[in-house]
Amino acid sequence: MDTKLPPYATFGQRVWFYGFRVLCGLIFFFLIAPIIIIIPLSFNAEDFFTFTPGMLALDPEAYSLHHYQDFFGEDGYPWLGLLIGIVVGAVLTVILKLVKGSLNLFPILIGAIFGLVIGKLTGLEGEEWMTPLRNSLMIAPVATILSVGFGTLAAIGLSQTHVPFKGAIMAILISPMIVPLIISAAGMYFFYSRIGLQGTYWGVVLAHAALGIPFVIITVTATLVGFDRSLTRAAANLGANPVTTFFRIQMPLILPGVISGGLFAFITSFDEVVVVIFVGSAGQQTLPWQMFTGLREQISPVILAAATILVAISIILLATVEMLRRRSERLRGIAPH
Amino acid sequence: MSDATQDGPMLAADGRPLKRSLARALRAQKLRALMLIAPLLIFILVTFIAPIVDMLFRSVENQIVSETLPRTVVALDEWDPSDVPEDDVYAALALDFYAATERREHTRLGSRLNYETTGMSSLFRKTGRGVDDIGEIYTDQFVDLNERWEDPLFWLPLVSDSGWLSSRPAEGEDRPLSLFRIDAEFEASFPRAAEAYETFARTIQQTDGDDPAEEEPWHLVYAALYHDLMAIHESGAGAEGLGRFDGPVFVEALEAVPGFETQSYRAAFEDIDEDWLDLEVWGTIEAFSDPFTAGYFLSSVDLQLTPQGIEAQPEDQRLYLLLFWRTLFMSGVITISCILLGYPIAYLLSNLPTRTSNLLLILVLLPFWTSLLVRTSAWKVLLQQQGVINDILVWIGLVADDSRLALINNQTGTIIAMTHILLPFMILPMFSVMKTIPPSYVRAAKSLGATNWTAFWRVYFPQSIPGIGAGCILVFILAIGYYITPELVGGRTGTFISNRIAFHISSSLNWGLAAALGSILLAVVLVLYWLYDRIVGIDNVKLG
Repeated sequence: MDTKLPPYATFGQRVWFYGFRVLCGLIFFFLIAPIIIIIPLSFNAEDFFTFTPGMLALDPEAYSLHHYQDFFGEDGYPWLGLLIGIVVGAVLTVILKLVKGSLNLFPILIGAIFGLVIGKLTGLEGEEWMTPLRNSLMIAPVATILSVGFGTLAAIGLSQTHVPFKGAIMAILISPMIVPLIISAAGMYFFYSRIGLQGTYWGVVLAHAALGIPFVIITVTATLVGFDRSLTRAAANLGANPVTTFFRIQMPLILPGVISGGLFAFITSFDEVVVVIFVGSAGQQTLPWQMFTGLREQISPVILAAATILVAISIILLATVEMLRRRSERLRGIAPH
Repeated sequence: MSDATQDGPMLAADGRPLKRSLARALRAQKLRALMLIAPLLIFILVTFIAPIVDMLFRSVENQIVSETLPRTVVALDEWDPSDVPEDDVYAALALDFYAATERREHTRLGSRLNYETTGMSSLFRKTGRGVDDIGEIYTDQFVDLNERWEDPLFWLPLVSDSGWLSSRPAEGEDRPLSLFRIDAEFEASFPRAAEAYETFARTIQQTDGDDPAEEEPWHLVYAALYHDLMAIHESGAGAEGLGRFDGPVFVEALEAVPGFETQSYRAAFEDIDEDWLDLEVWGTIEAFSDPFTAGYFLSSVDLQLTPQGIEAQPEDQRLYLLLFWRTLFMSGVITISCILLGYPIAYLLSNLPTRTSNLLLILVLLPFWTSLLVRTSAWKVLLQQQGVINDILVWIGLVADDSRLALINNQTGTIIAMTHILLPFMILPMFSVMKTIPPSYVRAAKSLGATNWTAFWRVYFPQSIPGIGAGCILVFILAIGYYITPELVGGRTGTFISNRIAFHISSSLNWGLAAALGSILLAVVLVLYWLYDRIVGIDNVKLG
């Protein structure tokens, strides 16, 4: 298909050209609209799941933040956390300034955000939404570290030229992505009950780490595909030992892949419901679990506020992964396509 | 470097044969690669593969019958299934049941057998309440004869192994009692009573930590003793055959037993529940007495194991074939709708300039990155009767306000929501294949006189088929295992086999059946996975 309609196009060609674009537009609309539409609905002042006449008339009275207030609850000390976060960020900035000589305000911002989150999550008890969020934030990063650590090592091993049983090993390592979650959940529930991990924090972390590994393997091996072996040979030739070679030559090149693999693993754990329901107990209730319970029992509009926040998080993660992918392709000399 | 013209194998610089040196280098390389992979491989094997294997094992495992009723299972070996079992089977059952009730395991076995034959659970519970009366008639007569029969301390020195007796902790000594051992001589003279007493002593020790020296033996011990004494009496051996038990109490009992009032074990069970004379009950126990069973798998395909062999389930209990069929059918529908919606998008993206297509690709990747729960809850909100879509349809006038469409809690809801959720998994593989199709082929076809349609259908489409294949298998694999979305928007008619598996794990607690259903689903997925590997190659999976 040509990207522009030629001036000599017949009427039929014109109809086809625009018709196809309208069709694609509708499909894009189908993809995006359900995600976008819950954002305004989450600001509904009433407990309805549709646009009230007031909202359609853009009446400010019809919009409110009270579902967000319900989501965030009343406990926690975000202002103190924000303050501490900013101070820590500022100290880091000053240190960076002294070390590298360039002024970068990024740490202050990051520090403020982290301070806000940590300040919010400490000092709360049994809040309906904040406790699950805290559980999610305690499970996902640890699971991610495990997946990334084991996964990166294995991906490097798999990218060597002579690996015995490569096909079988790869099939096993990718299988957590392919096996239906309910089967993984059932198997883990039975097995972890036998070995006493069922209903514990570490049971959930190990299960989530296993589920995240395929993503790390796939993204890291993808960055290793174009890896130029002569670089490591050159380093070895110049007298670097394998460990130095790894950290100074290989690691910076595969880092984008490692980070996006880590983000995939993080989002896998952060969004995962089925396994955590079976392997975890009430003490490990995560945010998606709470949403699942909410959707199954009494659906409350706070779910839309939670969903909107999750959409914001996924947009940030998507942007980061895209940025990393382009950077990785640039580093490895693959032209963006 | 060695001289190529010299005789013998080619040598490396250090004088070793080059072939061996290369092999050594290669082995070192292989070993290093494996060392890097090993930690992850072990991790996955323990956290993921072992649970799956455990589940496969659980789908055929059935040790509960032979563990709870060990003697009955052995006694049933010689049972002729056309008639009610002999009294010795009932005797074995009485002892097993007594011990099981003491350990509170009979209800568990009852619920297990209830999966196969309804009514077993209540029968077992009722029997558990009545079983401790069996044999009481004998106890009373022994005690009437001589009050010492009631005394636990009278029994203990008679029946206990002398080593065990002397190892008993003394008064006030804080030391656990070792497990009861029966006296060999007693066992030789009174085999039934010895077995019953040993079961009694060990069971009370193991379940409540009680001491047999303080507990009156079960009625069953007296009943067994009666039968042993009767056997001695009938053999005409007399009191001399009793060995060291020819004391006055035994002699007196031996002389009295022929005049005892009796009750057969079978009659005792009949008193508790007439179902114990039912051949189906015995058939079920017999059929599931093997430590491994195909029963769960048969149930998964609407068959059942009966005493007469494999039969179809009654019409009203057939469920799983329908569910499997529905899962496959709906996954097929979802896959097809994903192809129909995904193909135009992939085509558009691969034919636009890179800058524009990268921008539009974000519209595909955003749903891909958005939480599954978010997307499902969005559809749950949109598709409600009072939701946005019905509101719009009413507002346009397509649908009357009082006949709003039922879009959720049925198959329609599941298909719409899952098509949306899985669409990115179709578009991305298609896009990566279509990107590589050179536009010059279509141009060549057109310049040779093909119409737009012919050029597309004969030249472009065949080249895009690998992308469709990859996307199809991926979407189908993901769809047949879906749990969350059907659970939330599927209602009663739009649920999958996964939902049934979850139900059996958490609500009905029929883990064996859950494992069997899961194993069948897993087999289907693994076949598709193998196909995917053959067609696309797992190395070529791309994420965004």
